[in-house]
Amino acid sequence: MRGATRVKWAVGVTAVALTAAACGGSSDSGGSGSSTGGSGGGIVRASWGDPQNPLEPANTTEVQGGKVLDMIFRGLKQYNPKTAKAENMIADSITTSDSQNFDIKLKSGWTFSNGEPVNADSFINAWNYDTLLKNAQLNASFFQYIDGYDKVHPDTDGAKSTATTLSGLTKVSDTEFKVKLNQKFALFPDTLGYAAFYPLPKAFFSNRTAWLAKPVGNGPYAISSYTKGSKMELKKWDGYKGPDPARNGGVELRVYTDNNTAYTDLQAGNIDLVDDIPVAQLRNVKSDLGDRYINVPAGIIQTIAFPLYSSRWSSANSAKVRQGLSMAIDRKQITDTIFQQTRTPATDWTSPVLGSAGGYKAGLCGAECTYNAAKAKQLVAEGGGLPGGKITISYNADTGSHKTWVDAVCNSINNALGNNKACVGAPVGTFADFRNRITSKQMNDPFRAGWQMDYPLIQDFLQPQYFTGASSNDSHYSNATFDKLVNQANAASSTADSVSKFQDAEKQLVTDMPAIPLWYQNGSAGYSANLSNVALNPFSVPVYNEIKVK
Amino acid sequence: MGRYVIRRLLQMIPVFIGSTFLIFFMVYALGDPVAALFGDRAPDPATAAQIRHDLHLDDPLWKQYLIYMKNIFTGDFGTAFNGQSVTSLMGSAFPVTIRLTIVAIIFEIIIGITLGVLTGMKRGKPVDTGVLLLTLIVISVPTFVTGYVLQYLFGVQLKWTSPSVSPDAPFNELILPGLVLALVSLAYVTRLTRTSIAENTRADYLRTAVAKGLPRRRIIVRHLLRNSLIPVVTFIGTDIGFLMGGAIVTERIFNIHGVGYQLYQGILRNNAPTVVGFVTILVLVFLIANLLVDLLYAVLDPRIRYA
Repeated sequence: MRGATRVKWAVGVTAVALTAAACGGSSDSGGSGSSTGGSGGGIVRASWGDPQNPLEPANTTEVQGGKVLDMIFRGLKQYNPKTAKAENMIADSITTSDSQNFDIKLKSGWTFSNGEPVNADSFINAWNYDTLLKNAQLNASFFQYIDGYDKVHPDTDGAKSTATTLSGLTKVSDTEFKVKLNQKFALFPDTLGYAAFYPLPKAFFSNRTAWLAKPVGNGPYAISSYTKGSKMELKKWDGYKGPDPARNGGVELRVYTDNNTAYTDLQAGNIDLVDDIPVAQLRNVKSDLGDRYINVPAGIIQTIAFPLYSSRWSSANSAKVRQGLSMAIDRKQITDTIFQQTRTPATDWTSPVLGSAGGYKAGLCGAECTYNAAKAKQLVAEGGGLPGGKITISYNADTGSHKTWVDAVCNSINNALGNNKACVGAPVGTFADFRNRITSKQMNDPFRAGWQMDYPLIQDFLQPQYFTGASSNDSHYSNATFDKLVNQANAASSTADSVSKFQDAEKQLVTDMPAIPLWYQNGSAGYSANLSNVALNPFSVPVYNEIKVK
Repeated sequence: MGRYVIRRLLQMIPVFIGSTFLIFFMVYALGDPVAALFGDRAPDPATAAQIRHDLHLDDPLWKQYLIYMKNIFTGDFGTAFNGQSVTSLMGSAFPVTIRLTIVAIIFEIIIGITLGVLTGMKRGKPVDTGVLLLTLIVISVPTFVTGYVLQYLFGVQLKWTSPSVSPDAPFNELILPGLVLALVSLAYVTRLTRTSIAENTRADYLRTAVAKGLPRRRIIVRHLLRNSLIPVVTFIGTDIGFLMGGAIVTERIFNIHGVGYQLYQGILRNNAPTVVGFVTILVLVFLIANLLVDLLYAVLDPRIRYA
């Protein structure tokens, strides 16, 4: 009897174990099946994050949604994935004589993947839709320089639109339209590669819900299936006439909730491309992947911004304190030890991806952004010391690994000032709460700030962040000289002239230090042996259409 | 019995209203979600105001709650920021998490109770000490550690399973995540069963059964186990709701797009409709599981009566 019981239990346990093993086996063979399928069809299996908002060109503010838009859309201009230079794509020519009135001619023959032609109306209708207040597009402000913006999108709270179309847009013919701006803006044509300016097909306006379920564009890929929150399959669009067709059969984007899992899946061979290497894996990534690990600069700069509206930071001498704090941060040590060289110490307020012709100037910030503990202590003392004797640096604790580096920065400041209570990190629970405190001017002390460029222009690094009253001027910095130089730069007649004026403006930031430049962020990616020709563009997004599948 | 069930169901109504209001209030207290939509850019006031108006965020809290409850009774749970309705999010998330929970509960029942009976009957023997030590280890190691370790071991090194679960999340892919999710509860079930069994082996009715000369198997299953299961059933019953809501860590590690994941996203993005909708359903699951547990008592022990 006793024996029988025991045998029963044993059988039960073995049965469970066997089922487990059997199922494990079957899913394994499923995995290898899909990988052979991948090599046959030439599909790139890539990691993805769930886009925050519906996929509309002017409603996408983050990288994950932007990634898809850049695969299924092409705009008037396209940023060269290597040099970041804005080059004509659908635009045949964009001409101006006064930096304010632009004449845009389109190439003929472009179509959307549903067969509709891409013409002047595709742009005019899209831009009007994107601007109209009622549509509440998050990127509406990108159209603010076009004449008539204030009527279609009044900026005061509670105001109603008095027009539904931008008066600055005039159709000349199907292949030509004119844009009138409300101020001079020499670099305007170079902004037109940004996703907000993409054209939209008629299908979008006739049935927006259906379009959002499966967006239709004019790029090298067409969406074949989209399961929100988990997976998107993109197929190479054979009707694409542009100069950069897809060199693979398609891309399968899989949503990962945790980049560690994506990395594990890459190691197990379930996925081919991961474009966000988890910080915890940076130590092993070179030995795991060898030269299949990519680590290149991207158009992202990280700073520590000061609330200049707070009485703690608004005194005449407090700029010296800010300069002193900047000099107290040992950028090189932090980027080496904490970020494993996936960040580069910053020496100006732009990004190396711009290149020197685009406005990046190494060392522009000079001694003020170089670690010098003795000088730091002296400057802080001259500026009247830290307000109240100590400062905090706020960051959001929910995403990224901000705690680690904020603690390191504080540690560096404490060491330089010889006071281990001078600086502490101040975590804020969620990004939403963090942003709320910043936009409602509730900050009293410095906070982490980051800027990912919309388009590779020096203008995009300086104007939105430091111009008086600009959309992302979180410091609420205001300096008449800076504003005057930016206006002059925008009105300049040539790009080179404009860039050099912007750099003059940037020099004002060294004196006032509204934000301390910390480091330029790199894009990091890893890929499997199935792929070749993988590269990241200046926005740290993989150049999907160039990837070859073995 | 019938009156008891009806009374219990009626009691659920205030609990339901109270909990939804509390959750609504708490998510509301997290602050305004609109600023985060714009990323690092400050929202332009007009667009932000328009979005707030569209989402009723400019109304006072009580009015938002009334609008929300009115919509719930028409089957409309609101919309997440990515444009999906919360009901469709639930439709995709709940089946996945329910499957995961079922796998976990099965592990708890089969392995937990088996080990519990085994150790309960062999108190002080090496098997008992061994299993107790093992459960102690399992309880003390955090879930994310066991999760990552087992994922790496079975997914990357041995290649028995895939490290992540596909979007459809069929049962066979959920075995490893289910085990990880179940482990801690499983250890408690083992210990609970062991104690209960150990206690009841000395009970009068068991001595009677042995003295009557009943077969050993019948003594264990019908007399000993059945009477010892009441605390275990209580634990497993409450665990159903706990597992469904608390699967965040496991779901994240194995890339399962279930309830935990949606709740996490909802909290990160301050999306009140998502959080309140999901928690409302979880509250219902909790309440119903508790009712079922209470009803099961009578099945296990006929001496228990309801009025």
